[in-house]
Amino acid sequence: MGQSNGPGDSRREMNGAGALWATLANHGITTVFGYPGGAIMPVYDALTFYPEVRHVLARHEQGAIHAAEGWAKATGEIGVCIATSGPGATNLVTGLADAMLDSVPLLAITGNVARHLMGTDAFQEADITGITLPITKHNYVVREVSELPRVIAEAIRIARSGRPGPVLVDIPKDIQLAAFAGEIPVPHARPEAPQPLPEVVARAQELLRSAQRPVMMLGGGTVDAAPELTALARAWDIPVITTLMGLGSFPSSDPLWLGMPGMHGSVAANRAISEADVLLGIGLRFDDRVTGRVNGFAPKASIIHVDLDAAEIGKIVRTHLPVRSDAREAALALTEGAQKLERPEWRAQIEEWKSRTVMPEHWGAGYAVKAVVDRLEPDDILSSDVGQHQMLAAQLARFEKPRRWINSGGLGTMGFGFPAAIGAGMAEPGVRSVVIAGDGGFQMTLQELATLKMYDIRNVKICIINNSFLGMVRQWQELFHEKRYSEVWLGDSNPDFVKLAEAYNVPGYRASNAEELPAAIDAWLNDPHSALLEVVVPNEHGVFPMVPAGAALYEMIETEAKAVSAEPTTSPTTAAATEEAKRA
Amino acid sequence: MTSETFQPQDHLISILVRDEPRVLTRITALFGRRGYNIRSLSVGNTEHPGVSRMTIVVSGDRGVVEQAIKQLEKLHDVVRIIDHSLEKYVDREMVLVKVSLTPETRVEVRQIAEDFRSRIVDVGRHALTFEVTGDEGKITAFIEQMRPFGILETMRTGRVALTRGSNADIPTQVYSGDSAALTPAVEPREEKARGVPNLF
Ligand SMILES: Cc1ncc(C[n+]2csc(CCOP(=O)(O)OP(=O)(O)O)c2C)c(N)n1
Repeated sequence: MGQSNGPGDSRREMNGAGALWATLANHGITTVFGYPGGAIMPVYDALTFYPEVRHVLARHEQGAIHAAEGWAKATGEIGVCIATSGPGATNLVTGLADAMLDSVPLLAITGNVARHLMGTDAFQEADITGITLPITKHNYVVREVSELPRVIAEAIRIARSGRPGPVLVDIPKDIQLAAFAGEIPVPHARPEAPQPLPEVVARAQELLRSAQRPVMMLGGGTVDAAPELTALARAWDIPVITTLMGLGSFPSSDPLWLGMPGMHGSVAANRAISEADVLLGIGLRFDDRVTGRVNGFAPKASIIHVDLDAAEIGKIVRTHLPVRSDAREAALALTEGAQKLERPEWRAQIEEWKSRTVMPEHWGAGYAVKAVVDRLEPDDILSSDVGQHQMLAAQLARFEKPRRWINSGGLGTMGFGFPAAIGAGMAEPGVRSVVIAGDGGFQMTLQELATLKMYDIRNVKICIINNSFLGMVRQWQELFHEKRYSEVWLGDSNPDFVKLAEAYNVPGYRASNAEELPAAIDAWLNDPHSALLEVVVPNEHGVFPMVPAGAALYEMIETEAKAVSAEPTTSPTTAAATEEAKRA
Repeated sequence: MTSETFQPQDHLISILVRDEPRVLTRITALFGRRGYNIRSLSVGNTEHPGVSRMTIVVSGDRGVVEQAIKQLEKLHDVVRIIDHSLEKYVDREMVLVKVSLTPETRVEVRQIAEDFRSRIVDVGRHALTFEVTGDEGKITAFIEQMRPFGILETMRTGRVALTRGSNADIPTQVYSGDSAALTPAVEPREEKARGVPNLF
């Protein structure tokens, strides 16, 4: 392989690979998640000279990148993952797309074939920068070894600054091996957060002052401004809705909190949006799962949209007052001179909606999820995978602090939850990192059970809600495809999850009914090791409330009973919702 | 961007980009992915090494163009965007038009070409190839005039544009010209954002 620095590859005689680690170390990066291979071997070789950086060997590159995301989501710091060329690099694609949609600061480093082989369809060559162009904030191929540390430093800056996102740096193997003699850069200073213009703040305050039925809606861009936003809402006495990504930006225990909006949002949140006269949206991108049918979204409201990313403002919903600003800066500015305007009628209306929340009283997935989340401490990190269990957790858990709820919100990536919980758990070994997963999604990345053993990780608690179905898809088939359960039954082929865990030396527990559950939860949470709990629940439970795809938020189906009695439809339209709207 | 308000219309923008591999793909992929329609695109070097300039004609309503500009703004390779609807500008396009000839039409075709100040760039036995430079209207008019004689083929370069007046679109304090300045000097977003309507 051309020149090799061999054992002489010490910090004194540095090659490109060494320069990479030195730059990462200079940037305070302590942990990276990865998987080796031919085209990245010099980097793994140089790693042995950098004991200050811990490398976590996942069992699949997808596991590595989701773990890096979990790390980033829990801490707000950049997550780093490493893969080899070709198949290693393409295994990162899902995680990059996930990080892109959820604005996760992430650095992905891939090896590539040597420069002279690039473009020749060489062994394990893939044009990873071409492949990931639309799903990265930016990406690079390093063309000269002298540029490598500068590119890494710049990639880290881009990933973290403004609206965060994933950046990929592809490093040809000959560059990893080439001698490097330059300076190792130190981190760029973080740019100052953009502040709202005073005249815009004044106009927003005017709107808030005149509002009879205001609501605030907080998205994923608000997680680092929770105290300021909480103060803002209380100062004006405005009810608060937090999106799936914003859960934790406002304490659930506050009477002003209305829950989550959208497809599986709370009655109070969705009705409040539909009736509001002023909607103050901060750090959210009005995802279609949040808005429902866009022209039925907040039909009576003047919308104030605060976002760091100018391109988000006006992208989906018409905005009456655009405010380009950092969430914290906007919160501080809007709080100054706030008037506590209690609106008793609005309050009363909201209390009535809130009283319509249905808590799961009978044995089923909701009951099980509630039993688990009720046992969590505010400091615990709760991750979820994607599906019914995710929506149930979002509906039933209490979120008192930001960065304690880890989710694949934008991409809805099955297989995300468990490795993300590992990343979060490794970032914060002092707290429990609990993940709720479905029997379907858990099987997409279950091989990471091995990672728990390998690094003696003791704080990851896996809860599998086993309904023997790809539950969320089954629910749609039930409601919109006349119960034609096409390819969603897992029951006959599911493994014995407890035995599976044990095969990886992870203790396993199981509960199959309401009586067994409390003791099983106790044993599972009190186990000094990371442990798995399988909860076997009835097959056909649905998640409600639900706004069918393509319907407006006010066309929500509030309870399962109403969904069942609604006319079955042959197409995924809103007939069921229309029925409900007529009755409401 | 709702269909009620959709009135396709052409908008002329210029984009100054770092001359890095794949930058053209990055720009066109953004248009493709978000469903913005490029009517014409021309790219060339600038007087600053390391910086290329694109002129793009986007069709769509005002909202589409604003969204396109805001999305382009976010690309790291984009140094500056100039929305020509906000300033006075000059624009030109060049076209090569090959018109078929017969002994009967020869004089008339040449006369029309002269009226348009067009140059003959190739003479064939049965065809003449003309070069016409001008704004879009002039080029379209020329092609329409020639159509009855039989147009064999045309090639248009796409429009190119520059802002009128003595200000350069790349301020020299932002771009010192040497490639080291490619990195931090172009960083401030505010500098890039000039020319984008500032709603905020
Ligand atoms: C990678 C991936 N493939 C497919 C889907 C589509 N999908 C969304 S939810 C779901 C079912 C999830 O089933 P399970 O993990 O058992 O959880 P449950 O809904 O039963 O709680 C599927 C297949 C997805 N979100 N991600």
